[in-house]
Amino acid sequence: MKAYDAPITGQAPEHSAGKRMRFPADFLFRKLTGFIALLVAAILVAILIALLDEGSQALHTFGWGFLATTTWNPVTGKFGALVFIVGTLISSAIAMLLAIPVSFGIALFISELAPRWLRGPVSTAVELLAAIPSIIYGMWGLLVFAPWFSRLEPWINDHLGAIPGIGALFRGPPMGIGMLTAGIVLGIMVIPFIAAIMRDVFMITPAALKESAYALGATTWEVARHVILPYTRTAVTGGIFLGLGRALGETMAVTFIIGNSNNLNTSLLMPGSSIASVIANEFTEATTDLYRSSLLALGLILFLITFIVLVLAKLLLLRMERNAGGKP
Amino acid sequence: MMQEHSSQAMRRTATRTSGEPVAATAREQPVGAPSTKISVRELNFYYGKFHALKDISIDIPEKRVTAFIGPSGCGKSTLLRTFNRMFEIYPEQRAEGKIIVDGDNILDSRQDIARIRSRIGMIFQKPTPFPMSIYENIAFGIRLYERLPKSEMDARVEQCLRQAALWDEVKDKLHQSGTSLSGGQQQRLCIARGVAIRPEIILLDEPCSALDPISTARVEELLKELVRDYTVVIVTHNMQQAARASDCTAFMYMGELVEYGPTATIFTRPTKQQTEDYITGRFG
Repeated sequence: MKAYDAPITGQAPEHSAGKRMRFPADFLFRKLTGFIALLVAAILVAILIALLDEGSQALHTFGWGFLATTTWNPVTGKFGALVFIVGTLISSAIAMLLAIPVSFGIALFISELAPRWLRGPVSTAVELLAAIPSIIYGMWGLLVFAPWFSRLEPWINDHLGAIPGIGALFRGPPMGIGMLTAGIVLGIMVIPFIAAIMRDVFMITPAALKESAYALGATTWEVARHVILPYTRTAVTGGIFLGLGRALGETMAVTFIIGNSNNLNTSLLMPGSSIASVIANEFTEATTDLYRSSLLALGLILFLITFIVLVLAKLLLLRMERNAGGKP
Repeated sequence: MMQEHSSQAMRRTATRTSGEPVAATAREQPVGAPSTKISVRELNFYYGKFHALKDISIDIPEKRVTAFIGPSGCGKSTLLRTFNRMFEIYPEQRAEGKIIVDGDNILDSRQDIARIRSRIGMIFQKPTPFPMSIYENIAFGIRLYERLPKSEMDARVEQCLRQAALWDEVKDKLHQSGTSLSGGQQQRLCIARGVAIRPEIILLDEPCSALDPISTARVEELLKELVRDYTVVIVTHNMQQAARASDCTAFMYMGELVEYGPTATIFTRPTKQQTEDYITGRFG
């Protein structure tokens, strides 16, 4: 015991000195991270204020009617946002209808079905989709996908267009570009985001949990549907809303292929416009103050839509947590 | 008799592809057991290139508890996982040989996997309640095979929970999440889920290693109940557990079956030196 005592007492002052030295660094680090975190919130608020301020002229002139009017006429100075709000929501909805099931399939294939050697290449290919700049998607959509799709549209007209009720959505001239095209390309663009998150959380689902379901004789589909998906629902929902957020705000690709029409059309084959695409197209042409202010008010609306989507996602997750027990 | 219960079950009524006739070559009946339920012949198992089970042949008696013991990595869990072809979900794992259950070689790829797994239930080391309510945890497995009206389903769920000695603890919170239960309760829920599909054989892979002594005692008590209706095979690290709860014991070492016989014999008069060394704690 004696032999150990000496060096310890000898070192003790050094130790505590070391601790004192570390304290200010620790304190600074905490303040710094706190500052950075708050800065993000401050920037968010600043952008909101700037948009409110810049858009206030349009909002004062048109009032709530701005949200409900379909006229967008720079010549007469009449501006309404409805066409673009609808365009944004519909193109994103089409994108999600396409992206969610495809991403689920990709994630399930990679995590459960693919042989080990194929997992890496498929994963990488999906991730590379996310690395392609959106302008490339726009050009590809306009020059490659739209011409090809225009040859498919007569078929869509004849078959889907003939369905009573929803048929009206699928009737129109075979131009290739339009709301449906934009939605499909958007869908392809958000697939990698949703698929990557789904794959990651499917992979970390405990093997024993999956095996327990397989041990009852469940098929891969039943295991995925009833065990893996409920187990990962929080992260999966998060991934879906991340993709939706991206789809709502996507500008370049949509501007190329949505058709940029300021009219409201029932048919998805007809051209339309989204908030982001109209801002990109017209911002440099906004000659009057009211025109410019109207475009910035559109920006504010887009900001609020994404914000609302985020809040809805949080509420949905809260409700799912509460109902985690489930009902028979 | 168990079979008749769910005769309407789609998967189970799949045509029986009769495999090899029962290997009547049951060379030696190690226990004075009524009949053999699982008959393993020259089973070899590979994880990729690793040869994990070497020429295993063993007869497991019906309606008895059979324990597999041995040091970590000896292959006891691997052997258990061949009985319901659980290894099949991992492409690099494969088994060669025969495992005959009631005349059917379950390793035969023509055998319907869902039917095999409906006859052979499995409980895992850690409790694995599904992310759903206690009620749904039980009903999930039943629904894979049978379509029951709600009143019958309620009765089945209650019956299974009673069988697993869990009913009194959960009857007032059937619609709460299965994950809200304690570890021991979760494991009994998993056992209830396992018996819900009315298997003939229940495989348990170290079912008590994550449980406290009281929960362990309850599970062991449960085994004594279950063995009246089911053939039970349990893998355990705990030699006292094997000695307490099993009728037959197999000692495995390095992928080989070293010794197999009635539990009393294995623990008091083992014939092999290795077995004696292991049960007396000299290694493992």
